[in-house]
Amino acid sequence: MIFAVLIPLLIACFIPALSKLKEKLHTGIFVFFIPFLIFLYFVSFIGNDFTPIKEKYSWIPSLGINFDLYLDGLSLLFVLLISGIGSLVVLYSIYYLDKSERLGHFYVYLLMFMSAMLGVVLSDNIFVLYTFWELTSISSFLLIGYWHFKERSRYGALKSMLITVFGGLSMLGGFILLYVVTGTTSIQQMIGQVDLILNSTYLPLILGFILLGAFTKSAQFPFHIWLPDAMEAPTPVSAYLHSATMVKAGLFLVARFSPIFSGYEGFFIVVSVFGIVTLCWGAYMSVRQTDLKAILAFSTISQLGMIMAMLGFGTKAAVFAAVFHILNHATFKGSLFMVAGIVDHETGTRDIRKLGGLATLMPITATLAIFGTFSMAGVPFPFLNGYYSKELFFDSTLGLGSDFWSQAIPYLAVLGSIFTFVYSMYLFFGTFTGKKQLDQLPKKPHEAPIGMLISPMILVVGVVIFGLFPNIVNASFLQHAATAINSTVVYKEITFWHGFITPFKMSLAVVGFGTVLFLTRKKWQSVYQVLPGKVSFNHVYDAIVNKIGTVANRITNYYMTGSLKTYMSLILGTTLIVSLLFMYLTNGFAFNTDQLAEVTFIEVAVVLIMIVAAIATIYMNHNVAAILVVGVVGFGVAILFVIYRAPDIALTQLVIETITVALFLLCFYHLPKLRKSTDSAKTKVMNATISIGFGALVTLVAISAHSSRWFESIADYFVENSKEMGGGYNIVNVILVDFRGLDTLFEISVLGIAALAIVGLIKYRKNKEAE
Amino acid sequence: MEIITAILAGILFATAIYNMLQKQLLRIVIGTALLSHGAHIFIFTMGRLKTGQPPILIDGIESYTDPLPQALILTSIVISFGVTSLLLVLAYRSTQENGTDNMEQLRGNENE
Repeated sequence: MIFAVLIPLLIACFIPALSKLKEKLHTGIFVFFIPFLIFLYFVSFIGNDFTPIKEKYSWIPSLGINFDLYLDGLSLLFVLLISGIGSLVVLYSIYYLDKSERLGHFYVYLLMFMSAMLGVVLSDNIFVLYTFWELTSISSFLLIGYWHFKERSRYGALKSMLITVFGGLSMLGGFILLYVVTGTTSIQQMIGQVDLILNSTYLPLILGFILLGAFTKSAQFPFHIWLPDAMEAPTPVSAYLHSATMVKAGLFLVARFSPIFSGYEGFFIVVSVFGIVTLCWGAYMSVRQTDLKAILAFSTISQLGMIMAMLGFGTKAAVFAAVFHILNHATFKGSLFMVAGIVDHETGTRDIRKLGGLATLMPITATLAIFGTFSMAGVPFPFLNGYYSKELFFDSTLGLGSDFWSQAIPYLAVLGSIFTFVYSMYLFFGTFTGKKQLDQLPKKPHEAPIGMLISPMILVVGVVIFGLFPNIVNASFLQHAATAINSTVVYKEITFWHGFITPFKMSLAVVGFGTVLFLTRKKWQSVYQVLPGKVSFNHVYDAIVNKIGTVANRITNYYMTGSLKTYMSLILGTTLIVSLLFMYLTNGFAFNTDQLAEVTFIEVAVVLIMIVAAIATIYMNHNVAAILVVGVVGFGVAILFVIYRAPDIALTQLVIETITVALFLLCFYHLPKLRKSTDSAKTKVMNATISIGFGALVTLVAISAHSSRWFESIADYFVENSKEMGGGYNIVNVILVDFRGLDTLFEISVLGIAALAIVGLIKYRKNKEAE
Repeated sequence: MEIITAILAGILFATAIYNMLQKQLLRIVIGTALLSHGAHIFIFTMGRLKTGQPPILIDGIESYTDPLPQALILTSIVISFGVTSLLLVLAYRSTQENGTDNMEQLRGNENE
């Protein structure tokens, strides 16, 4: 199983090499076999007697993070969707993407997504799940931005990334809380500790964080705004990621954690309310769109809301309907996306106002579309799977409770479904019937090549098969998935006709009102434009993103002035404040007059001379005078070293100081004269404050360090071992060349590099002529 | 005496930083030179002063001054020499190329 998860990633490594051959052989042909083989592998698990399978791989055992895989009915449903739709999408993309495109990039991203998505649905470890979850966001970002030269693509990619990663992070917060409460990182073990979680005070937080992750990923209201913009991706990507798989990851998450949360009242309320609102809003927004893919995008949002609502109801009937609809939605919506892609490909436009009458020119595409749209609308025909799940949905909305929301849900469900009916009809009749406007189209339309039609055809065959034989995979497949969500055995016989009962009446109402609304569409146009108007969530998103950008810019511009002096003042000032604060808070200052060396006149005299010289450097406005004053400080240091019994450094200091003075003199000759400072009094005071503050800090630290001995000095070690281990009498020398020999080696390297740089600076010029 | 050298280190740091906050390149180089002197005195004070004989093993002498700060300072003197000379040459070269040694005029105008 782990092989199935990782193989797309492994193969992705070879894609760049394979894509070199794209002129002879389309890269997609190689890629096609990967999801197809994974699909075949997982199909073998389907059966009436399927039981969950667990596989364990150690990864970071010390942190409780293991690469544990868990395949139950729910995972199996998603795995088959990912690999099955994946195969069809790759097949479709072979004809959709021209060889002149950057195929290598495309398939690497697609395979990366496949691995990530398989990882999400198969992981049993919350942190592994989270990692794969974010990887799906990243691959989605890359795929939406595939045509990166288009401004809208970049905008859409960024938007989807920001929103889904925001949700992902919040989900991580929920996971961490879950881990804190249960002490385990395995989802299955968490399900075993339901009572512990339900009694935890963190429960509302956990639920809120995890649902935020699920809602952003599954484009639930009000986070749905990223999905329509994600339609800038190539159509195979939209069909795959943004309709069949990735956007369902949120549903998967809710379903996966249903056994834990379903005992909590808040779960039902939040999930079903968000679901129903999304259903209605998505369907309503879809009606006003004019772009084929935008219609499908809002339609996807609305359908996701519908499934989310059913997961929220959490009853046996609802969960089964949700599972069934996940499968059905993948078939009809996948085929419709591909049809939209074909229309776009063959006519050069997706604007439904320019399209019309294509049925005679593209009869096969039109036939495929009619199945897809009618199934989506839930038209009561026995060969359309969409009708069955819509009927099950209506059934599950009834009898949820007696409070206001529970009573309102069936009406809202019908309302949303009416709009669904309207846009489905508009999608089909607007594109394929009516007046031809061939002069409006960039290309002369004709039927698509057979390769492009195969994938939607297979999906439509699925629509019809699940329609004619709705129970075909019930016992062997859907039952297991529903059981995994509800944790009790769920099985439901689906029939076309079960009497003139409420759900059927609701369906009739949808068809009736829907037909009226569709036929009088033109009259409603102006009404549809009223909402959302200015209160769109897109405005909120844009405002937030813009605000963050401008505020960050302003802050950066405020301190990144390009002036070294400002940077230094900021760094030193911060160091000063933090150090003093830390010293104050930890009571770090110590003052101890024990064991002080005696004060002699000569030392004090040297120190005073040095102090005067150091201060004089500030006031010297003559080059030679300034350098002599610096020299005084340097030689003063050397004299102090002599007094304090450090012959080696005294010697070194003397030599180095002499060379430095000589070097200064050499350079001063070429440098401009020192000038009087022209700073304002305010700047001077500021500089002085920082300098004196910092000097005081150094003094304080030095005194404290000297006064408090936390550890024994390690000097004795060197004194004792200098002769035995280093074979030398001069301890300082032994430390340098033996105990700390490597330090000295690097010191020499630094000096060597500095010397090289100096030679380069002096000798070489831009035009390579030495001066 | 340690207190006095600690104050000396502080004053060296203060004058060094004041010099480094000036606009002229030369002053900044002088500042870095002073800064390394300050740092050496600072390290030296840490190891206590005059606690024994110079750290050269001679029979019959038991107490020596701490050799470790001396080794550190020796390394540091050499490194700071490298830094000072590189800065000096850099200042010389940049003055030649740009015709100014004023830091405020050397600010890049891009990315602002």
